[in-house]
Amino acid sequence: MSIDIDTARKVAKLARIRVEEADLPKLAQDLSGILGFMEQLNEVDVTGIEPMTSVTPMRLKRRADVVTDGNIQAAVLKNAPDAREGFFAVPKVVE
Amino acid sequence: MSANSWTIAAARDALRKGDITAVDLTMSCLTAIDAGDALNAFVHKTPEIALDQARAADARLATGEAPAMCGIPLGIKDLFCTKGVPSQAASNILRGFKPEYESTVTTKLFDAGAVMLGKLNMDEFAMGSSNESSCYGNAVNPWKVDDRALTPGGSSGGSAAAVAADLCLAATGTDTGGSIRQPAAFTGIVGIKPTYGRVSRWGIVAFASSLDQAGPMTKTVRDAAIFLQAMAGHDPKDSTSADIAVPDFEAALTGDIRGKVIGIPKEYRMDGMPEEIEALWQNGIAMMRDAGAEIRDISLPHTKYALPAYYVIAPAEASSNLARYDGVRYGHRAKLAQGDGITEMYEKTRAEGFGPEVQRRVMTGTYVLSAGFYDAYYNRARRVRALIKRDFDLAFAAGVDAILTPATPSSAFGLGEMANASPVEMYLNDVFTVTVNLAGLPGVAVPVGLDAKGLPLGLQLIGKPWDEAGLLNHAYVLEKAAGFVSKPRKWW
Repeated sequence: MSIDIDTARKVAKLARIRVEEADLPKLAQDLSGILGFMEQLNEVDVTGIEPMTSVTPMRLKRRADVVTDGNIQAAVLKNAPDAREGFFAVPKVVE
Repeated sequence: MSANSWTIAAARDALRKGDITAVDLTMSCLTAIDAGDALNAFVHKTPEIALDQARAADARLATGEAPAMCGIPLGIKDLFCTKGVPSQAASNILRGFKPEYESTVTTKLFDAGAVMLGKLNMDEFAMGSSNESSCYGNAVNPWKVDDRALTPGGSSGGSAAAVAADLCLAATGTDTGGSIRQPAAFTGIVGIKPTYGRVSRWGIVAFASSLDQAGPMTKTVRDAAIFLQAMAGHDPKDSTSADIAVPDFEAALTGDIRGKVIGIPKEYRMDGMPEEIEALWQNGIAMMRDAGAEIRDISLPHTKYALPAYYVIAPAEASSNLARYDGVRYGHRAKLAQGDGITEMYEKTRAEGFGPEVQRRVMTGTYVLSAGFYDAYYNRARRVRALIKRDFDLAFAAGVDAILTPATPSSAFGLGEMANASPVEMYLNDVFTVTVNLAGLPGVAVPVGLDAKGLPLGLQLIGKPWDEAGLLNHAYVLEKAAGFVSKPRKWW
Protein backbone atom coordinates (compact mmCIF):
# COMPACT_ATOMS: atom_id res chain seq x y z
CA MET A 1 0.00 0.00 0.00
CA SER A 2 1.45 3.35 -0.92
CA ILE A 3 0.88 6.62 0.87
CA ASP A 4 -0.15 9.59 -1.28
CA ILE A 5 0.55 13.22 -0.48
CA ASP A 6 -2.89 13.84 1.00
CA THR A 7 -2.49 10.91 3.38
CA ALA A 8 0.97 12.11 4.38
CA ARG A 9 -0.48 15.55 5.13
CA LYS A 10 -3.22 13.95 7.23
CA VAL A 11 -0.77 11.80 9.19
CA ALA A 12 1.45 14.80 9.91
CA LYS A 13 -1.62 16.66 11.16
CA LEU A 14 -2.68 13.77 13.40
CA ALA A 15 0.88 13.56 14.79
CA ARG A 16 0.89 17.35 15.40
CA ILE A 17 4.10 17.80 13.44
CA ARG A 18 4.26 20.66 10.97
CA VAL A 19 5.49 19.45 7.57
CA GLU A 20 5.95 22.00 4.78
CA GLU A 21 4.10 21.28 1.51
CA ALA A 22 7.41 20.94 -0.32
CA ASP A 23 8.49 18.13 2.05
CA LEU A 24 5.31 16.06 1.73
CA PRO A 25 6.33 14.05 -1.38
CA LYS A 26 9.53 12.83 0.36
CA LEU A 27 7.56 11.99 3.51
CA ALA A 28 4.98 10.07 1.47
CA GLN A 29 7.77 8.15 -0.25
CA ASP A 30 9.53 7.29 3.05
CA LEU A 31 6.30 6.16 4.71
CA SER A 32 5.37 4.08 1.66
CA GLY A 33 8.75 2.33 1.83
CA ILE A 34 8.30 1.54 5.52
CA LEU A 35 4.72 0.30 5.02
CA GLY A 36 5.85 -1.81 2.07
CA PHE A 37 8.32 -3.48 4.44
CA MET A 38 5.50 -4.15 6.92
CA GLU A 39 3.40 -5.82 4.21
CA GLN A 40 5.47 -8.98 4.76
CA LEU A 41 3.38 -9.54 7.88
CA ASN A 42 0.46 -10.45 5.63
CA GLU A 43 2.27 -13.70 4.73
CA VAL A 44 1.88 -14.98 8.30
CA ASP A 45 -1.07 -17.16 9.25
CA VAL A 46 -2.31 -15.60 12.48
CA THR A 47 -5.57 -17.50 12.70
CA GLY A 48 -6.55 -18.05 16.32
CA ILE A 49 -3.57 -16.08 17.70
CA GLU A 50 -4.42 -13.33 20.18
CA PRO A 51 -2.53 -10.03 19.92
CA MET A 52 0.16 -9.97 22.59
CA THR A 53 -0.62 -7.59 25.43
CA SER A 54 2.17 -8.51 27.83
CA VAL A 55 5.42 -10.25 27.04
CA THR A 56 5.61 -11.91 30.45
CA PRO A 57 2.43 -13.33 31.92
CA MET A 58 1.64 -10.87 34.69
CA ARG A 59 -1.28 -9.16 36.33
CA LEU A 60 -0.89 -5.50 36.90
CA LYS A 61 -0.42 -4.74 40.55
CA ARG A 62 -3.05 -2.82 42.45
CA ARG A 63 -2.65 -0.49 45.36
CA ALA A 64 -4.95 1.45 47.63
CA ASP A 65 -6.39 4.54 45.96
CA VAL A 66 -4.73 7.04 48.24
CA VAL A 67 -2.57 10.10 47.76
CA THR A 68 1.08 9.12 48.15
CA ASP A 69 2.79 12.36 47.24
CA GLY A 70 2.06 15.97 46.39
CA ASN A 71 2.87 19.53 47.42
CA ILE A 72 5.58 19.76 44.76
CA GLN A 73 4.06 22.48 42.58
CA ALA A 74 7.33 24.33 42.18
CA ALA A 75 9.14 21.17 41.08
CA VAL A 76 6.39 20.30 38.61
CA LEU A 77 6.53 23.76 37.02
CA LYS A 78 10.31 24.12 37.17
CA ASN A 79 10.96 22.99 33.58
CA ALA A 80 7.96 24.64 31.93
CA PRO A 81 8.77 27.00 29.03
CA ASP A 82 6.08 29.34 30.38
CA ALA A 83 4.64 29.08 33.88
CA ARG A 84 2.70 31.85 35.60
CA GLU A 85 0.97 32.13 38.96
CA GLY A 86 1.34 28.44 39.63
CA PHE A 87 0.06 27.26 36.25
CA PHE A 88 1.38 26.13 32.89
CA ALA A 89 0.71 28.95 30.42
CA VAL A 90 -0.32 28.24 26.80
CA PRO A 91 -1.81 30.28 23.96
CA LYS A 92 -5.52 30.94 24.25
CA VAL A 93 -7.46 27.68 23.74
CA VAL A 94 -11.10 28.81 23.99
CA GLU A 95 -12.39 31.95 22.24
CA MET B 1 47.97 0.43 33.13
CA SER B 2 46.19 3.58 34.25
CA ALA B 3 43.17 3.07 36.48
CA ASN B 4 40.57 4.24 33.95
CA SER B 5 41.29 1.11 31.90
CA TRP B 6 40.54 -1.24 34.81
CA THR B 7 37.58 -3.55 35.01
CA ILE B 8 34.92 -3.05 37.68
CA ALA B 9 36.07 -6.27 39.37
CA ALA B 10 39.71 -5.13 39.53
CA ALA B 11 38.75 -1.66 40.74
CA ARG B 12 36.41 -3.06 43.38
CA ASP B 13 39.16 -5.25 44.79
CA ALA B 14 41.76 -2.44 44.67
CA LEU B 15 39.39 0.00 46.36
CA ARG B 16 38.59 -2.46 49.13
CA LYS B 17 42.26 -3.20 49.69
CA GLY B 18 43.05 0.49 49.75
CA ASP B 19 45.40 0.26 46.76
CA ILE B 20 43.62 3.23 45.19
CA THR B 21 41.05 5.78 46.35
CA ALA B 22 37.75 6.39 44.59
CA VAL B 23 38.87 10.00 44.11
CA ASP B 24 42.05 8.95 42.28
CA LEU B 25 40.15 6.41 40.21
CA THR B 26 37.57 9.07 39.30
CA MET B 27 40.31 11.62 38.46
CA SER B 28 41.88 9.10 36.13
CA CYS B 29 38.57 8.78 34.24
CA LEU B 30 37.93 12.55 34.23
CA THR B 31 41.38 13.08 32.69
CA ALA B 32 40.67 10.44 30.03
CA ILE B 33 37.28 12.03 29.31
CA ASP B 34 38.81 15.48 28.78
CA ALA B 35 41.36 13.95 26.43
CA GLY B 36 38.62 12.05 24.59
CA ASP B 37 36.48 14.89 23.24
CA ALA B 38 37.12 13.72 19.66
CA LEU B 39 34.94 10.69 20.43
CA ASN B 40 31.99 12.94 21.38
CA ALA B 41 30.90 10.28 23.85
CA PHE B 42 30.35 12.43 26.97
CA VAL B 43 27.92 15.21 26.10
CA HIS B 44 27.33 16.58 29.62
CA LYS B 45 30.30 16.20 31.96
CA THR B 46 29.61 16.22 35.71
CA PRO B 47 33.06 16.35 37.36
CA GLU B 48 31.83 18.11 40.53
CA ILE B 49 29.13 15.50 41.14
CA ALA B 50 31.66 12.76 40.38
CA LEU B 51 34.23 14.02 42.87
CA ASP B 52 31.59 14.54 45.58
CA GLN B 53 30.35 11.01 45.06
CA ALA B 54 33.92 9.68 45.00
CA ARG B 55 34.74 11.36 48.33
CA ALA B 56 31.58 9.88 49.84
CA ALA B 57 32.55 6.49 48.43
CA ASP B 58 36.00 6.71 50.02
CA ALA B 59 34.39 7.44 53.39
CA ARG B 60 32.13 4.43 52.98
CA LEU B 61 34.98 2.18 51.82
CA ALA B 62 36.88 3.16 54.95
CA THR B 63 34.13 1.56 57.06
CA GLY B 64 34.74 -1.78 55.33
CA GLU B 65 31.04 -2.12 54.52
CA ALA B 66 30.94 -0.91 50.91
CA PRO B 67 28.88 -2.63 48.19
CA ALA B 68 30.61 -3.84 44.99
CA MET B 69 29.81 -0.73 42.93
CA CYS B 70 31.05 1.68 45.63
CA GLY B 71 33.51 4.15 44.10
CA ILE B 72 33.13 2.78 40.54
CA PRO B 73 33.08 5.63 37.96
CA LEU B 74 30.35 5.20 35.36
CA GLY B 75 28.96 6.95 32.32
CA ILE B 76 25.16 7.35 32.18
CA LYS B 77 23.25 7.30 28.91
CA ASP B 78 21.43 10.58 28.29
CA LEU B 79 18.12 8.67 28.29
CA PHE B 80 18.25 8.32 32.09
CA CYS B 81 16.75 11.19 34.08
CA THR B 82 19.35 12.45 36.53
CA LYS B 83 18.30 15.08 39.04
CA GLY B 84 19.54 18.56 38.25
CA VAL B 85 21.65 17.32 35.32
CA PRO B 86 20.62 17.78 31.66
CA SER B 87 18.71 14.68 30.49
CA GLN B 88 17.79 15.28 26.89
CA ALA B 89 17.51 11.87 25.23
CA ALA B 90 19.82 13.50 22.64
CA SER B 91 16.86 15.55 21.41
CA ASN B 92 16.49 19.28 20.85
CA ILE B 93 12.95 19.04 22.15
CA LEU B 94 14.35 18.42 25.65
CA ARG B 95 16.99 21.14 25.46
CA GLY B 96 17.41 22.68 28.89
CA PHE B 97 15.46 19.96 30.68
CA LYS B 98 16.88 19.21 34.10
CA PRO B 99 14.75 16.61 35.88
CA GLU B 100 13.55 17.26 39.40
CA TYR B 101 13.84 13.55 40.10
CA GLU B 102 16.26 10.65 39.71
CA SER B 103 15.59 7.48 37.68
CA THR B 104 15.30 4.27 39.70
CA VAL B 105 18.39 2.79 38.02
CA THR B 106 20.62 5.77 38.82
CA THR B 107 19.13 5.97 42.32
CA LYS B 108 20.09 2.34 42.91
CA LEU B 109 23.57 2.88 41.47
CA PHE B 110 24.17 5.99 43.59
CA ASP B 111 22.81 4.24 46.69
CA ALA B 112 25.41 1.53 45.99
CA GLY B 113 28.10 4.21 45.94
CA ALA B 114 28.71 4.44 42.19
CA VAL B 115 30.13 7.63 40.70
CA MET B 116 28.55 9.46 37.75
CA LEU B 117 31.11 11.00 35.39
CA GLY B 118 28.54 12.50 33.01
CA LYS B 119 25.88 11.84 30.42
CA LEU B 120 26.54 9.88 27.25
CA ASN B 121 25.69 10.44 23.62
CA MET B 122 23.03 8.33 21.91
CA ASP B 123 20.60 8.36 19.00
CA GLU B 124 17.71 10.77 19.52
CA PHE B 125 15.11 9.07 21.76
CA ALA B 126 17.15 5.86 21.25
CA MET B 127 15.90 5.64 17.66
CA GLY B 128 18.81 4.61 15.50
CA SER B 129 21.61 2.11 14.97
CA SER B 130 24.55 4.45 14.33
CA ASN B 131 24.33 7.35 16.82
CA GLU B 132 23.87 9.64 13.80
CA SER B 133 20.44 10.95 14.84
CA SER B 134 21.76 12.70 17.98
CA CYS B 135 21.25 16.44 18.59
CA TYR B 136 24.83 16.45 19.89
CA GLY B 137 26.31 15.15 16.63
CA ASN B 138 27.80 11.71 16.02
CA ALA B 139 29.59 9.72 18.65
CA VAL B 140 32.74 8.19 17.12
CA ASN B 141 33.98 4.62 17.47
CA PRO B 142 37.46 4.46 19.07
CA TRP B 143 38.19 1.60 16.65
CA LYS B 144 39.67 2.85 13.39
CA VAL B 145 41.39 1.05 10.52
CA ASP B 146 41.88 3.83 7.95
CA ASP B 147 41.14 7.53 7.78
CA ARG B 148 37.37 6.99 8.08
CA ALA B 149 35.53 7.76 11.32
CA LEU B 150 33.38 4.73 12.16
CA THR B 151 30.07 4.52 13.96
CA PRO B 152 30.10 3.05 17.47
CA GLY B 153 26.61 1.71 16.68
CA GLY B 154 23.41 2.85 18.30
CA SER B 155 21.45 3.80 20.03
CA SER B 156 23.83 3.46 23.03
CA GLY B 157 26.75 4.66 20.87
CA GLY B 158 28.22 7.07 23.40
CA SER B 159 28.12 4.38 26.09
CA ALA B 160 29.92 1.90 23.83
CA ALA B 161 32.55 4.40 22.70
CA ALA B 162 33.22 5.56 26.27
CA VAL B 163 33.69 2.04 27.64
CA ALA B 164 35.79 0.82 24.69
CA ALA B 165 38.03 3.91 24.91
CA ASP B 166 38.47 3.53 28.71
CA LEU B 167 36.85 6.89 29.50
CA CYS B 168 34.91 5.11 32.24
CA LEU B 169 34.88 1.65 33.78
CA ALA B 170 31.38 0.88 32.47
CA ALA B 171 28.21 2.62 31.33
CA THR B 172 24.47 2.24 31.39
CA GLY B 173 22.68 1.50 28.14
CA THR B 174 19.13 0.82 27.06
CA ASP B 175 17.93 -1.65 24.48
CA THR B 176 14.63 -1.53 22.59
CA GLY B 177 15.66 -3.44 19.45
CA GLY B 178 19.38 -4.04 19.96
CA SER B 179 20.63 -0.70 21.28
CA ILE B 180 22.91 -2.27 23.90
CA ARG B 181 24.06 -5.35 21.98
CA GLN B 182 24.78 -3.86 18.53
CA PRO B 183 27.02 -1.02 19.82
CA ALA B 184 28.72 -3.45 22.22
CA ALA B 185 29.53 -5.71 19.24
CA PHE B 186 30.75 -2.75 17.15
CA THR B 187 33.20 -1.66 19.86
CA GLY B 188 34.44 -4.99 21.25
CA ILE B 189 32.76 -4.80 24.66
CA VAL B 190 30.09 -6.77 26.55
CA GLY B 191 26.46 -5.63 26.69
CA ILE B 192 23.46 -7.40 28.20
CA LYS B 193 19.78 -6.66 27.75
CA PRO B 194 18.02 -8.25 30.72
CA THR B 195 14.63 -9.98 30.70
CA TYR B 196 11.80 -7.47 30.27
CA GLY B 197 10.83 -6.45 33.80
CA ARG B 198 14.18 -7.23 35.45
CA VAL B 199 15.29 -3.59 35.56
CA SER B 200 12.96 -0.69 36.39
CA ARG B 201 12.11 1.64 33.53
CA TRP B 202 11.03 4.43 35.90
CA GLY B 203 12.76 7.69 35.04
CA ILE B 204 14.13 6.42 31.75
CA VAL B 205 12.75 8.46 28.83
CA ALA B 206 10.27 6.08 27.19
CA PHE B 207 10.62 4.98 23.56
CA ALA B 208 8.58 1.76 23.20
CA SER B 209 7.43 0.75 26.65
CA SER B 210 6.74 -2.93 25.94
CA LEU B 211 10.28 -3.38 24.54
CA ASP B 212 12.55 -0.96 26.45
CA GLN B 213 14.94 -2.42 28.98
CA ALA B 214 18.08 -0.96 30.56
CA GLY B 215 21.30 -2.89 31.05
CA PRO B 216 25.04 -2.59 31.64
CA MET B 217 27.77 -2.10 29.02
CA THR B 218 31.10 -3.32 30.35
CA LYS B 219 34.60 -4.52 29.54
CA THR B 220 34.00 -8.09 30.73
CA VAL B 221 31.20 -10.55 31.47
CA ARG B 222 32.10 -10.50 35.17
CA ASP B 223 31.65 -6.73 35.20
CA ALA B 224 28.25 -7.14 33.52
CA ALA B 225 27.23 -9.52 36.32
CA ILE B 226 28.38 -7.12 39.07
CA PHE B 227 26.80 -4.07 37.41
CA LEU B 228 23.49 -5.76 36.56
CA GLN B 229 23.21 -6.88 40.18
CA ALA B 230 23.14 -3.24 41.26
CA MET B 231 20.60 -2.19 38.58
CA ALA B 232 18.09 -5.03 38.87
CA GLY B 233 15.14 -5.58 41.17
CA HIS B 234 11.51 -4.83 41.76
CA ASP B 235 10.34 -1.22 41.70
CA PRO B 236 6.78 -0.30 42.72
CA LYS B 237 7.07 2.77 40.48
CA ASP B 238 7.26 0.58 37.32
CA SER B 239 4.12 -1.54 37.07
CA THR B 240 5.88 -3.95 34.65
CA SER B 241 8.84 -4.46 36.93
CA ALA B 242 8.88 -8.05 38.17
CA ASP B 243 8.54 -8.80 41.85
CA ILE B 244 10.93 -11.75 41.85
CA ALA B 245 14.22 -12.29 43.61
CA VAL B 246 17.46 -11.24 41.95
CA PRO B 247 20.03 -14.05 42.16
CA ASP B 248 23.76 -13.49 42.70
CA PHE B 249 24.90 -13.07 39.10
CA GLU B 250 28.63 -13.05 39.79
CA ALA B 251 28.39 -16.24 41.83
CA ALA B 252 26.76 -17.90 38.81
CA LEU B 253 29.99 -17.51 36.78
CA THR B 254 31.28 -21.02 37.35
CA GLY B 255 32.65 -21.51 33.85
CA ASP B 256 30.98 -24.90 33.76
CA ILE B 257 28.43 -25.45 31.00
CA ARG B 258 28.93 -29.19 30.55
CA GLY B 259 25.74 -30.86 29.42
CA LYS B 260 23.99 -27.58 28.66
CA VAL B 261 22.14 -27.43 25.35
CA ILE B 262 23.03 -24.60 22.97
CA GLY B 263 20.49 -24.00 20.21
CA ILE B 264 21.66 -22.85 16.78
CA PRO B 265 18.71 -21.35 14.89
CA LYS B 266 18.91 -22.02 11.17
CA GLU B 267 16.83 -18.91 10.36
CA TYR B 268 19.69 -16.67 11.52
CA ARG B 269 21.74 -17.78 8.52
CA MET B 270 20.70 -14.88 6.29
CA ASP B 271 21.09 -14.62 2.54
CA GLY B 272 24.08 -12.52 1.68
CA MET B 273 25.51 -12.75 5.20
CA PRO B 274 29.27 -12.00 5.06
CA GLU B 275 31.45 -15.11 5.23
CA GLU B 276 33.33 -13.62 8.15
CA ILE B 277 30.16 -13.53 10.25
CA GLU B 278 29.39 -17.15 9.37
CA ALA B 279 32.98 -18.16 10.24
CA LEU B 280 32.78 -16.30 13.55
CA TRP B 281 29.54 -18.08 14.37
CA GLN B 282 31.07 -21.47 13.57
CA ASN B 283 34.04 -20.63 15.81
CA GLY B 284 31.68 -19.76 18.63
CA ILE B 285 29.80 -23.03 18.14
CA ALA B 286 33.09 -24.94 18.33
CA MET B 287 34.05 -23.09 21.55
CA MET B 288 30.78 -24.00 23.24
CA ARG B 289 31.12 -27.62 22.09
CA ASP B 290 34.69 -27.78 23.39
CA ALA B 291 33.42 -26.50 26.73
CA GLY B 292 31.19 -29.56 26.97
CA ALA B 293 27.88 -28.14 25.76
CA GLU B 294 25.60 -30.06 23.45
CA ILE B 295 25.05 -28.20 20.16
CA ARG B 296 21.57 -28.59 18.75
CA ASP B 297 20.11 -27.23 15.49
CA ILE B 298 16.80 -25.53 16.16
CA SER B 299 14.19 -23.66 14.17
CA LEU B 300 12.62 -20.32 15.06
CA PRO B 301 10.33 -20.15 12.03
CA HIS B 302 8.94 -16.62 12.48
CA THR B 303 12.35 -14.93 12.72
CA LYS B 304 11.95 -13.34 9.31
CA TYR B 305 8.89 -11.41 10.49
CA ALA B 306 10.52 -9.93 13.59
CA LEU B 307 11.83 -6.78 11.92
CA PRO B 308 8.57 -5.80 10.19
CA ALA B 309 6.62 -6.56 13.39
CA TYR B 310 9.09 -4.48 15.40
CA TYR B 311 8.81 -1.56 13.00
CA VAL B 312 5.05 -1.53 13.53
CA ILE B 313 5.02 -1.98 17.31
CA ALA B 314 7.95 0.26 18.28
CA PRO B 315 6.80 3.33 16.28
CA ALA B 316 3.20 2.79 17.47
CA GLU B 317 4.31 2.91 21.10
CA ALA B 318 6.70 5.78 20.35
CA SER B 319 3.98 7.89 18.76
CA SER B 320 1.98 7.51 21.95
CA ASN B 321 4.91 8.04 24.36
CA LEU B 322 6.25 11.06 22.48
CA ALA B 323 2.86 12.80 22.48
CA ARG B 324 3.95 14.32 25.81
CA TYR B 325 6.47 16.59 24.05
CA ASP B 326 4.07 19.42 23.35
CA GLY B 327 5.98 22.50 24.46
CA VAL B 328 3.89 22.90 27.61
CA ARG B 329 5.52 21.14 30.54
CA TYR B 330 9.23 20.88 29.71
CA GLY B 331 11.81 21.41 27.03
CA HIS B 332 11.54 23.43 23.88
CA ARG B 333 8.62 25.60 22.79
CA ALA B 334 8.61 27.17 19.33
CA LYS B 335 8.39 30.94 18.91
CA LEU B 336 4.85 31.66 17.81
CA ALA B 337 3.62 34.06 15.16
CA GLN B 338 0.82 36.58 15.65
CA GLY B 339 -2.48 34.72 15.83
CA ASP B 340 -0.99 31.24 16.38
CA GLY B 341 -3.13 29.07 18.62
CA ILE B 342 -2.33 25.99 20.65
CA THR B 343 -2.38 23.64 17.64
CA GLU B 344 0.23 25.75 15.86
CA MET B 345 2.27 25.71 19.06
CA TYR B 346 2.22 21.90 19.14
CA GLU B 347 2.98 21.54 15.44
CA LYS B 348 5.80 24.05 15.28
CA THR B 349 7.35 22.88 18.56
CA ARG B 350 7.41 19.24 17.44
CA ALA B 351 8.68 20.09 13.94
CA GLU B 352 11.55 22.11 15.42
CA GLY B 353 12.29 19.79 18.32
CA PHE B 354 12.23 16.33 16.74
CA GLY B 355 14.86 15.25 14.22
CA PRO B 356 13.93 13.54 10.91
CA GLU B 357 14.13 9.90 12.11
CA VAL B 358 12.01 10.61 15.21
CA GLN B 359 9.45 12.48 13.11
CA ARG B 360 9.33 9.59 10.66
CA ARG B 361 8.75 7.03 13.42
CA VAL B 362 6.13 9.12 15.21
CA MET B 363 4.23 9.52 11.94
CA THR B 364 4.61 5.83 11.06
CA GLY B 365 3.21 4.97 14.47
CA THR B 366 0.40 7.48 14.09
CA TYR B 367 -0.53 5.89 10.77
CA VAL B 368 -0.57 2.27 11.98
CA LEU B 369 -2.71 3.26 14.97
CA SER B 370 -5.14 5.41 12.98
CA ALA B 371 -8.74 4.40 12.41
CA GLY B 372 -9.07 1.77 9.71
CA PHE B 373 -5.44 0.56 9.96
CA TYR B 374 -5.21 -0.46 13.60
CA ASP B 375 -6.23 -4.06 12.90
CA ALA B 376 -4.38 -4.41 9.62
CA TYR B 377 -1.04 -3.25 11.01
CA TYR B 378 -0.87 -2.93 14.77
CA ASN B 379 -2.99 -5.89 15.82
CA ARG B 380 -1.48 -8.10 13.13
CA ALA B 381 2.03 -7.17 14.33
CA ARG B 382 1.05 -8.04 17.91
CA ARG B 383 -0.23 -11.42 16.73
CA VAL B 384 3.05 -12.07 14.90
CA ARG B 385 4.87 -11.00 18.06
CA ALA B 386 3.00 -13.72 19.98
CA LEU B 387 4.18 -16.27 17.39
CA ILE B 388 7.79 -15.07 17.65
CA LYS B 389 7.67 -15.53 21.40
CA ARG B 390 6.08 -18.97 20.97
CA ASP B 391 9.02 -20.03 18.76
CA PHE B 392 11.37 -19.34 21.67
CA ASP B 393 9.03 -20.91 24.25
CA LEU B 394 8.96 -24.13 22.24
CA ALA B 395 12.76 -24.21 21.88
CA PHE B 396 13.29 -23.73 25.61
CA ALA B 397 10.56 -26.26 26.46
CA ALA B 398 12.42 -28.78 24.30
CA GLY B 399 15.44 -28.46 26.57
CA VAL B 400 17.51 -25.66 25.03
CA ASP B 401 19.40 -23.67 27.69
CA ALA B 402 20.72 -20.84 25.53
CA ILE B 403 20.78 -19.83 21.88
CA LEU B 404 23.90 -18.69 20.02
CA THR B 405 23.66 -16.29 17.05
CA PRO B 406 25.69 -13.52 15.43
CA ALA B 407 25.19 -10.13 17.12
CA THR B 408 25.29 -7.96 14.00
CA PRO B 409 25.26 -8.53 10.23
CA SER B 410 28.59 -6.65 9.81
CA SER B 411 31.36 -4.89 11.71
CA ALA B 412 31.15 -1.13 12.33
CA PHE B 413 30.50 0.94 9.20
CA GLY B 414 31.66 4.44 8.41
CA LEU B 415 29.78 7.45 9.75
CA GLY B 416 27.81 8.95 6.87
CA GLU B 417 28.09 5.80 4.75
CA MET B 418 24.42 5.00 5.22
CA ALA B 419 23.31 8.57 4.49
CA ASN B 420 21.70 7.56 1.21
CA ALA B 421 20.28 4.29 2.48
CA SER B 422 16.53 4.04 2.92
CA PRO B 423 15.19 3.92 6.50
CA VAL B 424 14.45 0.22 5.98
CA GLU B 425 18.09 -0.57 5.01
CA MET B 426 19.24 1.03 8.26
CA TYR B 427 16.70 -1.06 10.20
CA LEU B 428 18.42 -4.27 9.00
CA ASN B 429 21.17 -3.66 11.56
CA ASP B 430 18.78 -4.98 14.20
CA VAL B 431 18.00 -8.22 12.38
CA PHE B 432 19.66 -10.54 14.94
CA THR B 433 18.77 -8.59 18.08
CA VAL B 434 15.19 -7.45 17.66
CA THR B 435 13.60 -10.90 18.19
CA VAL B 436 14.91 -10.87 21.76
CA ASN B 437 13.05 -7.64 22.63
CA LEU B 438 9.85 -8.86 21.02
CA ALA B 439 10.02 -12.04 23.12
CA GLY B 440 11.11 -10.18 26.29
CA LEU B 441 14.18 -12.42 26.70
CA PRO B 442 17.65 -11.67 28.04
CA GLY B 443 20.38 -11.36 25.40
CA VAL B 444 24.08 -10.62 25.68
CA ALA B 445 26.69 -9.58 23.11
CA VAL B 446 30.20 -10.91 23.70
CA PRO B 447 33.29 -9.83 21.70
CA VAL B 448 34.70 -12.89 19.97
CA GLY B 449 37.14 -11.77 17.28
CA LEU B 450 38.34 -9.26 14.72
CA ASP B 451 37.35 -9.20 11.06
CA ALA B 452 39.89 -9.01 8.21
CA LYS B 453 39.94 -5.22 8.49
CA GLY B 454 40.78 -5.46 12.20
CA LEU B 455 37.39 -4.45 13.59
CA PRO B 456 35.66 -6.26 16.46
CA LEU B 457 32.86 -8.74 15.88
CA GLY B 458 30.56 -10.16 18.52
CA LEU B 459 28.25 -13.09 19.03
CA GLN B 460 24.94 -13.01 20.83
CA LEU B 461 23.68 -15.48 23.42
CA ILE B 462 19.95 -15.53 24.16
CA GLY B 463 18.70 -16.93 27.47
CA LYS B 464 15.52 -18.17 29.08
CA PRO B 465 13.28 -15.60 30.78
CA TRP B 466 14.74 -14.56 34.17
CA ASP B 467 17.83 -16.73 33.59
CA GLU B 468 20.37 -13.91 33.31
CA ALA B 469 22.52 -15.91 35.74
CA GLY B 470 22.73 -18.92 33.42
CA LEU B 471 23.07 -16.68 30.39
CA LEU B 472 25.99 -14.76 31.88
CA ASN B 473 27.71 -18.05 32.71
CA HIS B 474 27.41 -19.12 29.07
CA ALA B 475 28.76 -15.72 28.03
CA TYR B 476 31.62 -16.13 30.50
CA VAL B 477 32.58 -19.45 28.89
CA LEU B 478 32.44 -17.90 25.40
CA GLU B 479 34.49 -14.90 26.56
CA LYS B 480 37.18 -17.11 28.08
CA ALA B 481 37.37 -19.38 25.03
CA ALA B 482 37.48 -16.46 22.58
CA GLY B 483 40.16 -14.70 24.60
CA PHE B 484 39.35 -11.34 23.03
CA VAL B 485 41.84 -8.86 24.47
CA SER B 486 42.28 -6.38 21.60
CA LYS B 487 41.92 -2.70 22.34
CA PRO B 488 41.52 0.16 19.89
CA ARG B 489 44.78 1.96 19.08
CA LYS B 490 44.62 5.39 20.69
CA TRP B 491 44.29 8.13 18.02
CA TRP B 492 42.08 10.62 19.88
